[in-house]
Amino acid sequence: MDIWGIVIESVVKILFVLTIMLLTVSYLVLAERKVSAWIQSRLGPNRVGWGGALQPFADVAKLLLKEDIVPKAADKTLHTLAPFLAIFIAFSTYAVIPFGPPITLFGREINLHLADVNIGVLYVLALTSLGVYAITFAGWSSGSKYSLLGGIRSSAQMISYEVSMGFSIGGVVMMASSLSPVDIIESQSGWMWNAIVQPIGFITFLVSAFAETNRLPFDLPEAEPELVGGYHTEYSSMKFASFFMAEYANMIIASGMIVMLYLGGWQVPYIEKLGLGSPFTQIIQTLSFFVKVGFLLFFFIWVRWSIPRFRYDQLMNLGWKVMFPLSLLNIVWVAVVIMLFN
Amino acid sequence: MNFELLLFIVFALVAAVSSLMMITRKNAVISAVFLVLNFFALAGLYLLLNAQFIAVVQIIVYAGAIMVLFLFVLMLLNTGKEEAILHGKKPIKYFAIFIAAVVFLQVAYLLVFGSGSFTSNPDIEASLSSGTVETIGREIYTKYIIPFEAAGFLLLAATIGALILAKKKFE
Amino acid sequence: MPQTTNEYLLILPFLVLSAGIIVSLCVELFFRKGKELLPYLSIALFLIVAYLSVGQIYEKNVLFGGMLITGGIPAIFNLLFAAAGVLVMLNSIGFLKKYGFYHGEFYLLTQLSVLGMMLMAGSGDLVTVFLGLELMSIPFYVLVGMNRKKVSANEAAMKYFLLGAFATGFIVYGIALIYGIMGNTSLIDLTENFYIYSENIIFITGFILILIGFSFKIAAFPFHMWVPDVYQGAATNVTGLMSTMGKSAAFSVIFILLTAVFMNDAGSKLGNYFAVIATLSMLYGSIVALSQNNLKRMLAYSSISHAGYMAIGLAAGNKAALAGIMFYLAAYTFMNLGAFGIISIIEGEEDKQTDLNSYAGLAKRFPFLAGMMALIMFALAGIPPMAGFFGKYYVFISAIQSNMTWLALVGILSSVISVYFYLRVVVYMYFKEPGEEISVKSDYSAYAAVIFAGILILSLGLFPDTFLSVIEYIISV
Repeated sequence: MDIWGIVIESVVKILFVLTIMLLTVSYLVLAERKVSAWIQSRLGPNRVGWGGALQPFADVAKLLLKEDIVPKAADKTLHTLAPFLAIFIAFSTYAVIPFGPPITLFGREINLHLADVNIGVLYVLALTSLGVYAITFAGWSSGSKYSLLGGIRSSAQMISYEVSMGFSIGGVVMMASSLSPVDIIESQSGWMWNAIVQPIGFITFLVSAFAETNRLPFDLPEAEPELVGGYHTEYSSMKFASFFMAEYANMIIASGMIVMLYLGGWQVPYIEKLGLGSPFTQIIQTLSFFVKVGFLLFFFIWVRWSIPRFRYDQLMNLGWKVMFPLSLLNIVWVAVVIMLFN
Repeated sequence: MNFELLLFIVFALVAAVSSLMMITRKNAVISAVFLVLNFFALAGLYLLLNAQFIAVVQIIVYAGAIMVLFLFVLMLLNTGKEEAILHGKKPIKYFAIFIAAVVFLQVAYLLVFGSGSFTSNPDIEASLSSGTVETIGREIYTKYIIPFEAAGFLLLAATIGALILAKKKFE
Repeated sequence: MPQTTNEYLLILPFLVLSAGIIVSLCVELFFRKGKELLPYLSIALFLIVAYLSVGQIYEKNVLFGGMLITGGIPAIFNLLFAAAGVLVMLNSIGFLKKYGFYHGEFYLLTQLSVLGMMLMAGSGDLVTVFLGLELMSIPFYVLVGMNRKKVSANEAAMKYFLLGAFATGFIVYGIALIYGIMGNTSLIDLTENFYIYSENIIFITGFILILIGFSFKIAAFPFHMWVPDVYQGAATNVTGLMSTMGKSAAFSVIFILLTAVFMNDAGSKLGNYFAVIATLSMLYGSIVALSQNNLKRMLAYSSISHAGYMAIGLAAGNKAALAGIMFYLAAYTFMNLGAFGIISIIEGEEDKQTDLNSYAGLAKRFPFLAGMMALIMFALAGIPPMAGFFGKYYVFISAIQSNMTWLALVGILSSVISVYFYLRVVVYMYFKEPGEEISVKSDYSAYAAVIFAGILILSLGLFPDTFLSVIEYIISV
């Protein structure tokens, strides 16, 4: 067995995924500004490069050159650790999400995901549940009231929505009877997408995903009008940029998760009937994954600029009194479906 | 030295050091952070034992939910006054050391003289798969169905109780 | 582990109660008048459980791979819990309105705690024991503190919770040690190889830790600190609930743990532990109760001494003792429920009228209540043809059989002391002039509960052999 082949394959895959992630993150920021401008009938950034195409690089340069300020009242270690934690968790989650069917290259079968963990879904849940630490640490260690309030809100919000998120995933796992991402995607062949089979679970997961990524209408941890910048009020320079990147990376992961769990992953219904042959089918399938993720990212941005922010009690009511019972209902529904059709 | 042993030593060291740091830090929030780190090291040890489910649950439930709530409370409360009590009374410290020594001796005794299931397992294959999600799920829904359902009702009771005691006003 | 529908039929009492809890929850949640309905729903549930348990008395089954045992002694305990539950429910309908806590959650929590007790009584595994114990205790903590406006209730709940959690800690630690030695948590294995395991010092340490934990729950002497304040601070119907059913459930687990000892008529090294506990509890409870003026507090101390009498049986550790304690528990349950029922009827708002002076001259104002109270006090004191007498009698006999005559003598001495404070209530009711006017609202369901309790006490006292022969038959099988 050629160990070097595996090493090279892994390194190439990691580099590929990282590059794509970083590029997507930077252009997602641009996309957000462009889409928001479009929604609000503005022009948006259009000075750097062609129609603003180089804007992300200008932003990065600006942030890199800024002074890194650590407040006097801050706990230095945690204050420094928090942004790294945020970005580390955001990027390592992607390891288990498959973005395409297995392909054959240079005589090797290559799986288009970094690691096939047979409890992959639990791995993602574990890591996303840790994401809250970055924000909580940032909020506490900054030594500022606004940051602290952001951190506290974040921890309460994350825990509340993680419950319905976990239960929604429960329905998916029941359908696939496996925790492995590959099995889950394969269980949704044809039009058996989970979004169609279990629409309630899809909705609860989608809403929870918004809450977990701290996106509007659930961005209470940063809530600019009330908390200045929330947990990242006291951050500047690259540390601030890390939080910023982590937020967008989390969006991509959430979209990837939704596609994997509910929209059939890389599958295109009935594509094998077209008889396109080996390489084209795989390419179309892989592209379909990216198209689905792209649409969901657009959806994230769309919602952000359309819906106002929830009040804190509304957020908690929605989480515990609506989403949680609905996700339980979804489990019952899935159980009934399985009983009837298997 | 094989890779597994190396990992074990790393995780064990992290677990031991982080738990020491946890009880010696003055600031309760920092203590909680070290406890989280300790949970991670434990999860790693569980993984080495092939107990994936426990490992992941350790992170999701303990590190991801319970400790977040701990931090939530610690951050809401001003913990400055708590330190004085813990660091002021010496006898409590010695009592704690005594208890820790007793527990350590007991665990050591159990490891040496305990039942056979600790020293050698006749069915290594079974023990390898006993920590997977599938095995645990099957056990929970067959042999342990009664305790499992009882635990469900226990949580229901606790929820109802907490709601009564914390509800702002009735009707 | 193969599971058949048969297994689920055999745990029907549990299933019915569990389903009933969910139904009650929905009724309380979705219907505005739901809480008016809940007490009757609970009574119906308990009656069904009782009916189903009666059918199971003679067929003993080990279910779910040894997790749960139905039939036999567990069935008798279920019957006891269900009957006591009915009495508590009848008592609570009117009382909760008066007490200022008129909410559906009371009934839900009571049902949940009864489910926990049934699990405890039927457990075949330490895991089930622990879960059942918690399922019983957590509703208790909440029920004690459910009236948040009352300071004494809050204090009681806090004390009960902290000491209860402490006791649970002992139990869990003991379970951990036993698991370390046995390699499993099965109580069946523990019973079969009890004498082999008990050679091991760690096993015995663990076992004693568990027993200490349950000594908290049965309110025996060195672990009784919470009893007076909690019994006094809690609502009277809740006190009735936990002083009787809680104690019975804890005893049911001790029975299971000590099955090997009881069945072999052999006694054990643990006999000394129980003998000490029994002596201290009996004497402490009886002597301190002498100086109590508050009836609830007096009954709290008397409950400590009753735990002591029953511990005599545990010290004796033979089949006669098992039957004796079962009888004692049944008698004690109905006596105490009756007594607390009467206290809850007489009790005014905000805990007024619970001291002895309120009972002065009661016989002239409420001859019926006074008569019932007198009957119950005679029974508690252990005057012959009452149920209390036979309970003590059987337990003392078992001690003499195990060559522990001195323990029986201490018991008799303590009974003699206790006659004073029980009969003092009777003296106050019949021979004292009424003091200040007391107001009592008539509450028919509570009267019914007291009458039922009285009937049960009398029938247990007049026909003790019927009940005892059933238990002896079960034990001999």
